[in-house]
Amino acid sequence: MAVKVMIPTPLRAYAGKQESVEVQAGTVGEALSALTAKHGELKKHLFSDDGRLRSFVNVYVNDEDIRYLQKDQTAVKAGDTISIVPSIAGGANRSRI
Amino acid sequence: MSPSAELRASGGYRLKVRKEMYKRIHAHGAETYPHECCGALLGRDGDAGREVVDLVPLANQRNDSPRNRFEITPEDFRLAEKTAREKKLELIGWYHSHPDHPARPSEFDREHAWPWYSYIIVSVQKGEPKDTTSWRLHDDRAAYDPEEIETVRQ
Repeated sequence: MAVKVMIPTPLRAYAGKQESVEVQAGTVGEALSALTAKHGELKKHLFSDDGRLRSFVNVYVNDEDIRYLQKDQTAVKAGDTISIVPSIAGGANRSRI
Repeated sequence: MSPSAELRASGGYRLKVRKEMYKRIHAHGAETYPHECCGALLGRDGDAGREVVDLVPLANQRNDSPRNRFEITPEDFRLAEKTAREKKLELIGWYHSHPDHPARPSEFDREHAWPWYSYIIVSVQKGEPKDTTSWRLHDDRAAYDPEEIETVRQ
């Protein structure tokens, strides 16, 4: 299925400056793999070393957060839009106080 | 060219910040002390460089550890984006405070940062805003590149 992946501004430099990338996929997981296969520099910003989506990377399929669907197994169909939406986090360097 | 290569070619990152916005960031940090404040930086990024012209102060969603952690949810992220569109500006970065801690990005900051954005940090010492710095995450995520702040009049 041809699906569109929306690229948030901070990652566009690593996706050929594109706002969106079209990929062929049947699930969200396949779509993100296809995306990082096309644009390898995106991988480290989306996934940690253990291959899991970084906690501050939120993924939506047509406005639904995949955490409330089937996560990376969430099925996608032709014409669906996958959005990558950042959480922004940080803080001073101590354990929680 | 990757962003970090562009940086090396251009001699370093610079960020213009309107004086009024600089004061508002300080005021926000003082208001929320001893908790971390946070918010979005709106402005322009182009051939003339990057400039902060407006802010969207946000609520720190880390109620469990607000003295040394901040978080902006996807919902607040979308609000900041919507505000930028309405004002015909771009969402160019984020600010937060370090209460009683230096204005330098921590390991935690680095692990959670996004590239491209300017990250302004203000150190608030005993309620008083002090050092204010800005940073951009390196392409390889291993470090930050410092961004020189220049305050400008409107």
